Amino acid sequence: MKKILLSFGGLLFSTVLTFGQANIVPAKPQSGPIVITGATIHVGNGTVINNGYIAFNKGKITAVGEGAAPNITGATVVDASGKQLYPGFICPITTLGLVEIEEGARGTVDDTETGDLNPHVRSLIAFNTDSKVIPTVRSNGILLAQPTPEGGTISGQSSVMMLDGWNWEDAAYKKDIGIHLTWPVARATGRGRRAAFALAGQTQESPAELAQKSIDNLNSLFTEAQGYAAETHHKVNNIRFEAMRGLFNGTKKLFINADGAKEIEQAVSFAKKFNLSAVIVGGKESYLVADDLKQNNIPVIIKETQTLPDKDEDDVYLPYKLPHLLQEAGVLYGLTGIGFWRQRNLPFEAGEAVGYGLTKEQALSMITLNNARILGIDKTTGTLEVGKDANLFVSKGDALDMLGLDVTDEYIQGRTINLDNLHKQLYKKFSGKYGLETKL
Amino acid sequence: MKKILLFCFALAIFNHSSAQETFPVNGAWDIRPGQYAFTNATIVVNPDQTIANGTLLVKDRLIEAVGQGISVPKGYITVDLKGKYIYPGLVDAFSTYGLPEAPRQAFGAAGFGAARASVPVSTKPGAFGWNEAIRADVNAKTLFHVNATRAEEYKRNGFGAVQTLVQDGIVRGTSAVVSLGNERDNEVMLNDQAAANYSFSKGTAATNYPSSLMGVIALLRQTYLDAQWYKNQKEEYNISLAEFNRTQTLPQLFEVTDLQSIYRADKIAREFGKQYILKSDGDEYQNIAAVKATGRSFIIPLTFPAPYDVEDPLDARNISYEQLKGWELAPTNPGALEKAGIRFAITSNGLTNSRDFWTNLRTAINYGLTEKQALKALTQTPAEMLGVADKIGTLAKGKMANFIITSDGLFKPENIIYENWIEGRQFVVNKMDVTDLRGTYTFNSNVLSNINLSISGTPSTYTVNITTSGADSLRTTGTITRTGDLVSVYYNSRNQPAGVVRLSGYIASTSPITLNGTGITPDGTSFRWTATRSGAAPANGNPFARGGNTPNASRPASPVGPVVYPFAAFGFTEVPKTENVLFKNATVWTNEKDGILKNADVLIENGKIKAVGKNLSAGNAKVIDATGKHISPGIIDEHSHIAAIGSINEATQAVTSEVRIGDVLDATDIQLYRQLAGGVTTSQILHGSANPIGGQNYIIKHRWGVTPEQLKFENAPQFIKFALGENVKQSNRPQQFGDANTRFPQTRMGVEQVYIDAFTRAKEYKAARAVKGNNVRRDLELDALVEILDDTRHITCHSYVQSEINMLMHVADSMHFKINTFTHILEGYKVADKMKARNIAASTFSDWWAYKMEVQDAIPYNANIMHSEGLTVAINSDDAEMARRLNQEAGKSVTYGKMSEEEALKLVTLNPAKMLHIDGRVGSIRPGKDADLVVWSADPLSIYAVAEKTYIDGVPYWDYSKDADRQKAMKADEGRIIQKMLQAKNAGASTQRVGPPRRRQLYTCDDIDESAYVVADEYNGWLKTATDVKQQSAQNNQNKK
Repeated sequence: MKKILLSFGGLLFSTVLTFGQANIVPAKPQSGPIVITGATIHVGNGTVINNGYIAFNKGKITAVGEGAAPNITGATVVDASGKQLYPGFICPITTLGLVEIEEGARGTVDDTETGDLNPHVRSLIAFNTDSKVIPTVRSNGILLAQPTPEGGTISGQSSVMMLDGWNWEDAAYKKDIGIHLTWPVARATGRGRRAAFALAGQTQESPAELAQKSIDNLNSLFTEAQGYAAETHHKVNNIRFEAMRGLFNGTKKLFINADGAKEIEQAVSFAKKFNLSAVIVGGKESYLVADDLKQNNIPVIIKETQTLPDKDEDDVYLPYKLPHLLQEAGVLYGLTGIGFWRQRNLPFEAGEAVGYGLTKEQALSMITLNNARILGIDKTTGTLEVGKDANLFVSKGDALDMLGLDVTDEYIQGRTINLDNLHKQLYKKFSGKYGLETKL
Repeated sequence: MKKILLFCFALAIFNHSSAQETFPVNGAWDIRPGQYAFTNATIVVNPDQTIANGTLLVKDRLIEAVGQGISVPKGYITVDLKGKYIYPGLVDAFSTYGLPEAPRQAFGAAGFGAARASVPVSTKPGAFGWNEAIRADVNAKTLFHVNATRAEEYKRNGFGAVQTLVQDGIVRGTSAVVSLGNERDNEVMLNDQAAANYSFSKGTAATNYPSSLMGVIALLRQTYLDAQWYKNQKEEYNISLAEFNRTQTLPQLFEVTDLQSIYRADKIAREFGKQYILKSDGDEYQNIAAVKATGRSFIIPLTFPAPYDVEDPLDARNISYEQLKGWELAPTNPGALEKAGIRFAITSNGLTNSRDFWTNLRTAINYGLTEKQALKALTQTPAEMLGVADKIGTLAKGKMANFIITSDGLFKPENIIYENWIEGRQFVVNKMDVTDLRGTYTFNSNVLSNINLSISGTPSTYTVNITTSGADSLRTTGTITRTGDLVSVYYNSRNQPAGVVRLSGYIASTSPITLNGTGITPDGTSFRWTATRSGAAPANGNPFARGGNTPNASRPASPVGPVVYPFAAFGFTEVPKTENVLFKNATVWTNEKDGILKNADVLIENGKIKAVGKNLSAGNAKVIDATGKHISPGIIDEHSHIAAIGSINEATQAVTSEVRIGDVLDATDIQLYRQLAGGVTTSQILHGSANPIGGQNYIIKHRWGVTPEQLKFENAPQFIKFALGENVKQSNRPQQFGDANTRFPQTRMGVEQVYIDAFTRAKEYKAARAVKGNNVRRDLELDALVEILDDTRHITCHSYVQSEINMLMHVADSMHFKINTFTHILEGYKVADKMKARNIAASTFSDWWAYKMEVQDAIPYNANIMHSEGLTVAINSDDAEMARRLNQEAGKSVTYGKMSEEEALKLVTLNPAKMLHIDGRVGSIRPGKDADLVVWSADPLSIYAVAEKTYIDGVPYWDYSKDADRQKAMKADEGRIIQKMLQAKNAGASTQRVGPPRRRQLYTCDDIDESAYVVADEYNGWLKTATDVKQQSAQNNQNKK
């Protein structure tokens, strides 16, 4: 035990000597059993175990319980007395690993392919395990992420990735889990466009009519893709339809970006029509059509609580209250933050809902069990239960609150994760310049 | 051909009997005396005086006499108007009649792809000023040409004269008042210099500057100063300035749009001692007291919105509360102005269809406008405003013979305008000398029997209804055409036999009206018929009397909901007042040497903090039990871009220190309210970061329900925005902006030289201005820089990387000015020692990074390092969303670097107050300071803290416990109005389609969209109101700083 602590200290210390991302080394496979004791264990499903222990070996959780831990031969024991222990947070729908610098460095941006219908493109292979951003997110307890392509009507496919690995291949947690669709919205047409129509003396289709056209196009696309999927061999192969095959046999989910109540209703009936396993992403007005979602077992991944209401007339706290509204309505809901680097705030995005109706454990489930269920990875992660992957971390305080979040130990499939990152390194470097004490 | 020409000449000669001495005549002169006597009329000579049984004598163009008992001289054509009325011809105070349409400007910079050439200074040939939006040289009189078609639309409504102007530019030159006669242009000019015109719209000007509303105001302000200077100098010849000066003695007419633009124009008027007449969009009712306080006169339109299609409840969510309220309340505007005693004229300008004029005017009367005031606003007032009261507006000897003859009181729904006389020339709207055929008739014929015929409608568009009684009873509407005394009627007969019955007849007698003629039945049998008027037509025969049954009917009076302040969602029907409150038993974050007090009380009184401590006595104060709650000073955001309108950047020049955020504050921005719900009480509203020297900032308090001026932090210290880095060198600017990569600077090297150059000029300017008796032109751009040199204006500088931060510190040292604050300052931790040496404050983000190249080294420990180095450090938002949880952002300084909680809260309260030089008033809980307080449900730095109450100056602007009820009340009001809209639609009102969801423009510092306010498309009517502008569907650039 002491040895372990010492070696941890050593790890941290080593970064003082050599700065730069390159020394943040991916973790080695779990070499022996580890037992964490004395922690308040938040299982992820609402259960809290005070003074609990958790044991894991070969990447899997072997025991969870209250009180004294069973004696496991050869186990490394980590004393987490007074600390909080959580399942690793799961960050769905993100561009983490696909984008390094948002603007002014196009070469680092790999989240949006050109073209409108790209079910065949895969985020998996663009995932950059050497991103400087990933360790800053990971050190706040986010251990799994779903790098997701954006743009167009069908943006491509996503995978669930571990935020640790030498390359995308060994970082992959579950490959090509779904296809991402942006539901057509009736949009305000630009002034330039209106002007053009007016000058040409044409009558303009209403935004709703234009949106319906796009929906009709989607219907014919999916009808053709479904037909294609029913056949196994084709003379002429269509890689788009090949990519969509999984949607019709239940191996891939359809993630549908939709915020408005009408769009959500349209998306739900679309999913029903093609018998798809669908997920609504965004869902700003999902609370207005919650019955429909519940009846059809369609979950929602809320995009941000820390955002502004859509309409001036909305409850000023509506985005903070949305998780609770869905909780009350019995809809399965998960949560993501926004962008890539901002996902380090995912725990706070979840915590935000607590002041507005959710319990702390429900808020936690939102970014652990619920997200795992929605992504289809709940059999192996999302809660701290025996048999699941040892994806977990220890924080000195409440990890959903900025006053508490302070990660001391972190494991992905039992591997001990390096908690260093570029920001800590620069903090140390410049504290050194001024002779200041670093408080990490 | 010759014959045609001759005919034209003859017409012309006849029409121009007296004035056009200089024009040659082909053939014999045909000058006619034009002497008329209108007798036995009810003559409304002006709104205050009506003559019963009066006579009006007209000789040629003028009124010779008006009154009772006037004997008709010989040679006068007498027109007996017994039972009829004469009114002065109406005057439309605002139009573009007879002027060429301004050409549409190709839309460029606002983001629709097409590159627009960069035009830094005017390319217009001639010795004009530098900016094309200053069009003082334009004179409507030189462009005007009679337009018979447009004139007829006006004339049918009873107008005899209009003011006409070129609606293009900020300074628009002079307008003219013309009569609507169909004569030679020379004949109709009543006042060739009626008014000098202005607006906030740049119009078709190609010059880049201004691209923002604040730039427009700055340009106007500078033009006033330049024109002053121009009078006393000899170096420059400038037609624009000379003309500007020449037109200052005329009435000054300013076209504004929404309510707040009224305040803006009024402010300019006060600054330069001008008496503007304001042409508005008709939103005065939204704060009539504030409008009254301006003391201005107004020209208001009758553009009342149509009801929306609200059947679909989800679509109806896309209609804003403001739009709903606006629909209901807009017709109350004229009445509200009258009640408030505000002088105003009414214009028909802006109506999509001129036929809506009377409909809407009657709607306004139904909603409180008196007929007397309506007449005044359409005759006497506009004539006085435009300097033509000696000619038109009332009926008196020697004035122009502009009058209308009507069947009834002018504003009666059933009234008919018969004739509109303009300068002694008759224009027939509805024939008067012919008998009004309306009525029910007894029909007699040898073939058809039991028929009743009724004629209704208006004399110009009759409709006929036929009913037959007896075995073959029938009710049908037929068609009636009248030509002089001849009448033809046809209708469908169901049987006896089936088909069309055709009647042709003439007016055989007028007392009672009798029609005689022949008819043919469907089977070809001809017959004789006679119809004799037996009574009045049924009331529902008149569209004006049918309530809401026809699309062009006026809206019937009905009770309306209250005005809310601001006129937006969550507006107050009554703005809350300051309260005296004792908060008991809270955890009080004083930010004073007492630190965080447990179980303490805070007493506020008359808007100030009275006492802090234990067991305070309430006196007459209301007691609020705050057990378990935390009380902190109000949150202060050093870097905000909310509550400003018309673009946050004047991005067209590298130095724009003359533009002022204080000119364009928007007190209706919902973000003010939302941020109250996050505990924010004070914000510095900054110019954006598009240029090295940006505009002047303004510090506001989040008072909800007040006017823009009342938002201002009283006697706030003056600040200016500087900026460094990628935004000012335009690194991330899309190529579609025409001036991409050409505006200096494009590198950090260039940025330094912009500062050196600007301050070198400022110093020379200051020295030159100090010389006694100088005539150095006052330059508002340089004035602001001199204020910086004099340390009366403080710099807050957008900054990221250490090289540029260091550079600016050196420029400041060498040019002898101070930098107050580096804002954003994400690499401040690298140069904290250098900043400390110069006592420069730092206002940063908690954890933002990776959104562009220059923030690659940004770290969440930045605040901690700078704080530890002894700098005054704040956390800012630059983001409407983040602003409302700045308390949490401060909390992240505990997460990253373990700042003490007491110090962390100061990052968003006392420290920003210090760097804004307002810590004497706000930022801590100390007796004597402003009662700007937040009651939190938990530790304010925690994610779990909810801002339950927010006070500013002791006024409870936000109270979570009342929020549910307020929302319910708003929903109920919405529901009530929607029900009314449905009723209106069912009654036949034409509706407008609900648009897609609209979102407010949210600004961050590098938003460089050209304001829709100031480009030609706006001016041409694509986005008419400020509401449209601010709600236009816009990219939410939250991710970009």
